[in-house]
Amino acid sequence: MPVLIYTEISKGKVKKASLEAVNYGGRIAAQLGTTATAVIIGDADVSDLGKAGAKKILKLKNDKLSSLDGQYLTAAIEQAATAEGASVIIFSHDFTGKEVAPRLAARLKAGIVAGAVGNPVISGNSFTVKKNVFSGKAIAAYAIHSDKKIISLLPNSFPVELTEGTAEVVDFAVNLAGVNSPIKIKEVKKDTSELNLTDADLVVSAGRGMKGPENWKMIEELAKELGAATACSRPVADMDWRPHHEHVGQTGIAIRPNLYIAIGISGAIQHLAGVNGSKTIVVINSDKEAPFFKSADYGIVGDAFEIVPKLIDAVKTFKANH
Amino acid sequence: MKILVCISNVPDTTTKISFTNDNTTFNTAGVQFVINPFDEWYALVRALELKEAQGGNVTILHVGGVESEPTIRKGLAIGADDAVRINGEPNDAFAVAEQIAAYAKDKGFDLIMTGKETINYNGSMVGAMVAELMGLPFVSLATKLDIANNVATVEHDIDGGTEVVECVLPLVLSANKGMAEARIPNMRGIMAARTKPLVQVPAANADKLTTITSYELAKGRTECKYIDASAPEKLIELLHTEAKAI
Repeated sequence: MPVLIYTEISKGKVKKASLEAVNYGGRIAAQLGTTATAVIIGDADVSDLGKAGAKKILKLKNDKLSSLDGQYLTAAIEQAATAEGASVIIFSHDFTGKEVAPRLAARLKAGIVAGAVGNPVISGNSFTVKKNVFSGKAIAAYAIHSDKKIISLLPNSFPVELTEGTAEVVDFAVNLAGVNSPIKIKEVKKDTSELNLTDADLVVSAGRGMKGPENWKMIEELAKELGAATACSRPVADMDWRPHHEHVGQTGIAIRPNLYIAIGISGAIQHLAGVNGSKTIVVINSDKEAPFFKSADYGIVGDAFEIVPKLIDAVKTFKANH
Repeated sequence: MKILVCISNVPDTTTKISFTNDNTTFNTAGVQFVINPFDEWYALVRALELKEAQGGNVTILHVGGVESEPTIRKGLAIGADDAVRINGEPNDAFAVAEQIAAYAKDKGFDLIMTGKETINYNGSMVGAMVAELMGLPFVSLATKLDIANNVATVEHDIDGGTEVVECVLPLVLSANKGMAEARIPNMRGIMAARTKPLVQVPAANADKLTTITSYELAKGRTECKYIDASAPEKLIELLHTEAKAI
């Protein structure tokens, strides 16, 4: 009974969050004395799934799956799980994971932990899995009692580990004849930047302290030099200085990169809820009383308009020497 | 149009979190409880706007004990027509979804709304589960919602962007920021809420599939290390040698 992992392709390759999920599923499979099977939709180089620990890859085939509609996907993953005899199913806690994992859990009557941050402790038929609660202020250990179990893994909880492994790739025809979703997609607006914010290891974020959208050039340049994605605080998105999809925080998206640099952001509790999972936090703010400094690892008190250009130069020098 | 808005009773955003009983129970002493902000600001207020524009009825549904009733009354004060409290313990997402589905299945709701997640357990699960249990379509993380001729047009967040979808009602959706602006109940609403119907329904049989066995507080950052603003290059050095982040 292999562990089944739902994975996705984005911008022509397997998503980093999916590789994390395959690593995670592989570790569970090893503990259970079984193997990991990844399911994926679409065409791309899937060799990384084997390197991440999958022994088998099921390519789900059905034209209806092109839209990632929740009802079609739920049926498709259920069929793959049944065919493989899988009772443990892993998702990434990303957009698809939030929509499909609970739907599948309700269908299978599987206990689910959504947004897991740790490996499960397995004892007999029970899994105990930790996840963040109270918007990151605490962690709770959840015991899953049901025979079937679903875990969605919070992105960036573990580094991706790739080995020399390979996986057998098998086409899996999904039967969706009886499933007809009433949801019709009218328009898709995708962010065209190369770095996906939720996947990014490094994030440079800025807030109202930048005084206006015309001053974002230096933020973008610092991000570019670091190979970081750009993000922003809520007021900045609300004022349309920056696009809505860059807004991180409780009402925007939650991210947990290795490095989060916050420039001109005071650090309201709602903002912290979206970023406090970041491994290292740097805060640059002219107000030494800004609450964000209490949640920072490194702080610089000063004028961003003077500091950021110096940082850009420092990164260039650093890159030249390393 | 009949709209059902599912609300949770959660600690206010600024609550200092602590635990009792050997870290197995959330300490509610002195905690102010509110309607989960995503349920209130986005789901409930947008439901009320649609009702005001097009006519219909907005019902609040809550799964929980009698201690939640002040929170439910606040939803009535904001403008919901009536409320239902299912007298169950909201301690497992699937069990809560089963309660909601069991209540809603024969009521003919056109739209069932939840917030994107609760701010205490952050599961983001109940809406999708209710949709599955009722055999309905589900749209997650909606940021805009309009309804015309029994068809919902919804803009929602997807991986790295947004998507606009259309769906014939009935539909289940989870509401995210953007749907509506927060409303503060006025005195007339507060007075009216006292006499609006708040029906108590016994809990149906539900399957609890998970249990929280213990809590711990998230580790805080040790202390902020300050770098002089005149030499920010020191930061880059520390990020490399100490934090190993670059």
